[in-house]
Parts: sequence; C-alpha cells; structure tokens
Amino acid sequence: MSSPERTWKTIESGPHTYQEALHPVVRKNYGKWKYHEIPRPGVLKHVAESGDAIYTVRAGTPRQDTVDMVRRLCEIADRFSDGHLRFTVRNNVEFLTPNPDNVEPMIKELESMGFPVGGAGNCVSSVSHTQGWLHCDIPATDASGVVKSMMDTLYHEFKHMEMPNKVRLSTSCCSINCGGQADIAVVVKHTRPPRINHEHLSMVCELPKAVARCPVAAIRPTVVDGKRSLMVDEAKCICCGACFGACPAMEINHPEHSKFAIWVGGKNSNARSKPSTMSIVAHNLPNNPPRWPEVTDAVGRILTAYKAGGRPWERVGEWINRIGWKRFFEETGLTFDEDMIDSYRHARTTFNQSAHVRF
Amino acid sequence: MEEAKGAGSCGSHQCGHSGGGCGDKFLNPTPMLDELENGPWPSFVGGFKELAERTKKPMLRGVMDQLEYSYNTKMGYWKGGLVTVDGYGAGVITRYSMIKDKIPEASEFHTMRIQPAPGLHYNTEMLRELCDIWEEYGSGIITLHGQTGDIMLQGIEQDKVQECFDRLNEKGWDLGGAGAGMRTAVSCAGPARCEQACYDNLELHLHALRHFVSQLHRPEWNYKIKFKFSACPNDCTNAIMRSDLAVIGTWKDAIQVEEPAVKEWIEKNGVDALVNQVINLCPTRAISLENGGMKIESRDCVRCMHCLNVMPKALSPGKERGISLLMGGKNTLKVGVNMGSLIIPFMKMETEEDREAFMELVEEIIDWWDDNGLDHERIGESIERVGLKQFLEGVGIDVDINQVARPRDNPYFKAKY
Ligand code: HEM
Ligand code: SF4
Ligand code: SF4
Ligand code: SF4
Ligand code: SF4
Repeated sequence: MSSPERTWKTIESGPHTYQEALHPVVRKNYGKWKYHEIPRPGVLKHVAESGDAIYTVRAGTPRQDTVDMVRRLCEIADRFSDGHLRFTVRNNVEFLTPNPDNVEPMIKELESMGFPVGGAGNCVSSVSHTQGWLHCDIPATDASGVVKSMMDTLYHEFKHMEMPNKVRLSTSCCSINCGGQADIAVVVKHTRPPRINHEHLSMVCELPKAVARCPVAAIRPTVVDGKRSLMVDEAKCICCGACFGACPAMEINHPEHSKFAIWVGGKNSNARSKPSTMSIVAHNLPNNPPRWPEVTDAVGRILTAYKAGGRPWERVGEWINRIGWKRFFEETGLTFDEDMIDSYRHARTTFNQSAHVRF
Repeated sequence: MEEAKGAGSCGSHQCGHSGGGCGDKFLNPTPMLDELENGPWPSFVGGFKELAERTKKPMLRGVMDQLEYSYNTKMGYWKGGLVTVDGYGAGVITRYSMIKDKIPEASEFHTMRIQPAPGLHYNTEMLRELCDIWEEYGSGIITLHGQTGDIMLQGIEQDKVQECFDRLNEKGWDLGGAGAGMRTAVSCAGPARCEQACYDNLELHLHALRHFVSQLHRPEWNYKIKFKFSACPNDCTNAIMRSDLAVIGTWKDAIQVEEPAVKEWIEKNGVDALVNQVINLCPTRAISLENGGMKIESRDCVRCMHCLNVMPKALSPGKERGISLLMGGKNTLKVGVNMGSLIIPFMKMETEEDREAFMELVEEIIDWWDDNGLDHERIGESIERVGLKQFLEGVGIDVDINQVARPRDNPYFKAKY
C-alpha cells in the first residue's frame, strides 16, 4: 500500500543497534567476563577480569505482554538497574545491576507485581512457545493458555533449583512445531486426514503447491462438479497438516480430531552428549481448554520421575539414555505403543541395532 | 457496526450464560479465558483485560471475544492476506477474522514483526518509545519475543500500518523477515554478559542482518533462511536445530585452567564430585584424575563445554577463538527434523575483515542454494538431496573430516580416478 502524503523516507536499518542498550558496566567489561555464580534462584552474579561484578535478576513473563506490562518492567529497570533490561530466548526478563543492594528489593518488587523470580540454573525455565488461536492462521489449539496452565503447575520448579540439570520446555499448536525441540515438548497431532472444502478450494488454492507440500504424496488432482480440485488418499495420509499451511481448504483442524502428543529428550547444547532430537512418549491426549489437565499431568509425571532419578548434570534425554526407555515408561506410568515405532524416513536408525536388552 | 454495539452492551454471543457482570464493564464476559487468570504464573488474560479496560480499544474486546470463541469451539479463526509497507515485501503478518460477522471488532488484527537489538538488550527509553508508538497506532499487545526473534506487535489495522512503521523507523526500528527470504536472527547474551562467549556474536549479528537487509525485506529465494548466533557450544539460542546457518562460537587451543580455582573447587565439592560430575561426564574421556586434581588432554577434547559449565571459575575457553558454521537445522516439514551439521570447523571472527570474509562465504552459499534448491526447500534439504560433497564443491569449501561423524558405510559411489 502506498500513501502519497508520506514525509518519512524509509531507512532500511536492520536490527536495532545494541550498544546504547547495554548497561555501562556491561559495556566496560564487554567480552571480559571471567566467571559467574548463582547466589540464589533467579539471580546470577557475573564477575569480570577487572573485578567488576554485575548481578542479574531474572523473572518470568507471560510472553504475550502488553504496553502496560512493559512499562511496568521499565519502571523496575529505572529504579533498580539504571534503565537497562534484556530478555532471554525463553521469554524471561532480566535486570542487570552492579549494585548488590538492589537485588533483594528488586526481587520483592517483581514478586509483588506478579513476576516470579527464577528460571536460572538447574530448574524448569519458561516455555518456548508459539501463537495459537490468538494469532496464527493454522493452529489446532492455543499456545499461551497451554503454557499458562503448565507454568502454574511448575511454578515451584521455576523458582527453585531442584532439577538434575536445566529443563527446557516447548509447546506448538501444529506439527510444524515452531516451539522447537526441547527436553519436554507438547505438540499438536492430528488424528484424521483433512476434509477438503471443494467450493472454497477452487477459489483459494494454488493446486500444485498443495500437492507438492505433502510429504507422502497423498494428494492428487481431481475434478469435482466440473471444477479442478484435489483429493486425498486417506490410506496414505499421515495427518501431518502440512497441506493446510499451503491451502486453507484442506481442513485438517477439528475440535475432536486434533490431539496432543508429548515428546522428550531434545537437547541443543553440545555439553556432554551430542545434540539430540526428541522422541514421542504420549499421544492422543485431548485438546481440552481452558486448562488442558491431561497435558499438564503427563508433563508433571515425566518431571517427577526425572527429578527423582536424574543424576547431577543429566538432561532429560541423558537420564533416559542411562536408565533406558523401558524404565522411563515404567517410572512415568506412560505407555509405549506400536505408533511410537518410527515408520518415516531413516526409521531403522531408531531401531535397536544391538543385542542390548533391558529386563 | 450494529453488531459491535450489541457485543459491547452485552446483547449478543456468549453473554447469555454470564449471569451479570456485564453492566459497566467494557469487556464482554469471557468465562473460559477467566480460568486463565487463576494460578500463580503471570496471566496474559489478566494483562489483556487491564489494557482493554484502560484504553477502551474495541479491537481488544473483539480479539478477546474471538479467543473465547476459539476456546469454546476448539478452532482457530484467522486467515492470512497481504499487507506491507512501501517498498517492502515482508514483515507484516496479515490476519483477517473469518468470523467478522459474529465478532466485527477484530476483523483485522495484523502483526508487525520488529527486529530487536541483537541479544535482546534494551534500555527503557527504547522500550517506552516503542510502547508509545504502538499504543497510538495498534492494540498495545506485544510479544517479547516471537520464536523467529522478532518483537511482535500484534493487532493493527491495515490503514495504520504505514504510519506506524514510519514512526518506528524514525526511531531506529525496522521490520523483521517473513516469507522466502532472509529472516530475523537471534543471538544469545554473548560477550555482553557471558564468560563463555568465544566471539562477538552481537556485532556479527548486526553486521550480517544489515548485509542481507534487502533480501530480508524483499523475499526472493526458494524459501526462508535463518541465522542464529550462539557465542559458544552451549548454544543457548538453539541454533543447531532452529537455523539454516548456525554460527556457534568455539576455540582451537587448550582450555585455560586456573589451578588455584580448580583446587578451591575440589576442596569445596570433594574428589567424588570431581570424578562423578566432571571426569566421568566428559564425552571423550579427555580428563583424568592426577594427584587428586584434574588433567585435560587437549587433543581429546571436543569442546563440548561440560567441564567449563561445572567449573566456570577454574576453566575457560582457550585463547584462539572463533566460530564454527553448522548448516541445515530445521523442524519437521517435510523430510523430518534435521539437525544442522558442521560445514566450517573454524573461522576467526575478530576483525571487520573476518566478518567481511564470512559474509562473502555466506553469499556464495546462498547463491549455490538459489541455483540448486527447489521451491520450498530449506538449504539443509537441498544439501541432503544434492549431496554434501557436491555442495562443498559448488561453494568451494574444503573437505574436512570434521564435516562427518565417520566416513561412509556403504560402498556405492562413483569416484574420479
Ligand atoms: C502458514 C504457514 C505458517 C505460519 C502461519 C507460520 C507462522 C509462524 C509463526 C507465527 C512463528 C513464530 C511463532 C512464535 O514465536 O510465536 C513461526 C516460527 C517458526 N516456523 Fe512457521 N509458520 C508457517 C509455516 C511454517 C513452515 C512451513 C515451517 C517449517 C518448514 C515453519 C517452521 C517454523 C519454525 C521452525 C519456527 C520457529 C523458528 C525459529 O525458532 O526461528 N513454519 N512460524
Ligand atoms: S506451531 Fe503451527 S499453529 Fe503454532 S504458531 Fe507455529 S505454524 Fe502456527
Ligand atoms: S495431512 Fe499431510 S499427509 Fe495428509 S494429505 Fe495433507 S500433507 Fe499429505
Ligand atoms: S551460548 Fe554460550 S556464550 Fe551464549 S549465553 Fe549461552 S553459554 Fe553464554
Ligand atoms: S570441554 Fe567437554 S570434551 Fe572438552 S574436556 Fe571438557 S568435558 Fe571433555
């Protein structure tokens, strides 16, 4: 769209610059930090080669924020951290101050405003999540609501460092999985092939694009009522929903046939074991707003077992590698079933190519 | 409009079963969403309500009604479209309501993706400017941050987008990526506040995204491509799985050891902890117990970061620092989850020339992808389909044993003899 009365000429500046956003003590010691400690949950102390120290107070946010909330965070930053703050990739806010006397009053203030202080060290940090019903055009569920429900039950684990290692969570409202790989991930799984809205399709769909999007070549061109349309080979279809992203007439979402699956063992850090992808451990959980109790229950079971059985520094996937999947299912009370056997490309790499057995 | 008034004065949908509370309130009852105000975690519903009651923006009432409707019907009701600003082809995510006949107040609810400073650092002046402009033109709802790394300003009508953008742009903000082009990047805290940082990821991030700013605003490639910059192998930005170009800090020489701090750690934690939590967990058994202390055999170390994480005061990355480039990380669609794989084991990243050399390399890589990739194919998928060998040849990157976990295990190949 063009507006003739425009007076401003666009500057394609890219990301906002960062220097002026850094606390002066950060700027002074940039690249010269020596070590850090975690004096209490939610607080980091970084010490520089120069001897300067900076304290970080970390707090949880809903991620789905408002200008009012952001202005409140700014007030905290002006009062306690010289007007500087940053965010983490897990939607936590951080306030950096060189003054140790600011730490306790800042924590009090944040908590009284409803922002829990925590999320550092060996704890459950907040959830990397997506848009859901609030704003995506293809979601089968909400994101912020699932996260809120989950974090309510994990509040204690956010504020205390009682886990063997960090726990990263994610949620996603379709199997594109924008939330990403995590120690424990909650991802939508459709259970029925898309229903095709033929009338709508002829108006909105670029047919070859939708055909090309299908990972198992289940979509074929056809003619319906004299108009070019598409059909789905339901025996082949794996209900992934990819076609819906390309064509809104491939109606995959359904209140009853869009369920949840739970995945575990994703790890991006290179520490100890190589980075690993997730495995499915529960599926067919109902999409049950506004609180999704079945989902929070399953996540809770996994975390309880990991907390009790994990050794220091073991991430969820590493803990499972040690105790084995058999014991994982026993200790969490979840059930392994035939659909958890991989049937997609490179499936053999997930088979047990050894005589190692657990009884 | 009549319907809008109806909704506002509680004449229409869902108000029926509220049993009061409608009277002087601006918002309609949202019993499902209200459940999400319970519990200790900060509530986005509470936040939205506060904002709506203060600003009385009808769009906010509409979006809450629509969300409540979704919670009841378990379906989503947004569809995409096309809205941009002058000269750009991306950066605004368009949302039109599919039920605007029921809930007209949120018939348009577009998102502006805004690129934050690398590392998500702010001062309050920047943030307040952003809030003030956003409140003037948009709904006042902000996501900090989207998984793509953007600030997401959610909820604006098409006819306000250009002016809002101009005001933001005057203050140094620019739109983020969308579509088949360069995307907004993500960086960890990096040298600003992390002793593990092995390169200046914030500077490289700024440099790289400015370099590709045109392709970010005017997508013209096969598909999206994303950078993520983690300043050490702890990879706090999830680069290996979530970016096509994962730039991960590393070092070449020996881990720096400060003996007195090692001693102090052992005195505090004991030899059992040294053995069980450090030595035994080294993936390549590079560490051994020696005279009650630890000895690292540098040639065996793969720079996994574990021992440095456990003993940050005693151990630090070596002095010869730089980056590794991994490529091809992506999620499910459509060949399955792909982890990035190592392409460039080491590159220095200290000077402006180093950054320029890196940009030249990335240009070569993207040119290759532009020529060899298929429509809607991420670069990792192109490399897998065409072959890593062919990719390396095409771009002119030296073959290196670090690019594979092990040599091939099948004999079917053709070689030049
Ligand atoms: C209609 C199609 C799509 C829409 C509307 C869409 C929307 C989005 C949105 C809104 C986000 C940010 C989520 C957040 O942080 O709240 C996102 C991120 C993401 N999307 Fe999509 N997406 C679409 C297609 C895809 C496809 C086809 C793929 C995969 C091939 C994909 C993979 C991802 C991934 C992996 C992320 C996280 C990115 C990151 O961490 O950098 N999306 N998408
Ligand atoms: S996971 Fe799917 S539904 Fe959710 S935001 Fe991403 S693309 Fe949209
Ligand atoms: S849901 Fe997936 S498998 Fe089924 S037709 Fe669509 S793209 Fe193909
Ligand atoms: S990736 Fe490394 S350098 Fe960056 S914040 Fe994490 S530990 Fe620090
Ligand atoms: S960094 Fe990792 S591989 Fe290297 S010595 Fe430490 S634990 Fe071993």
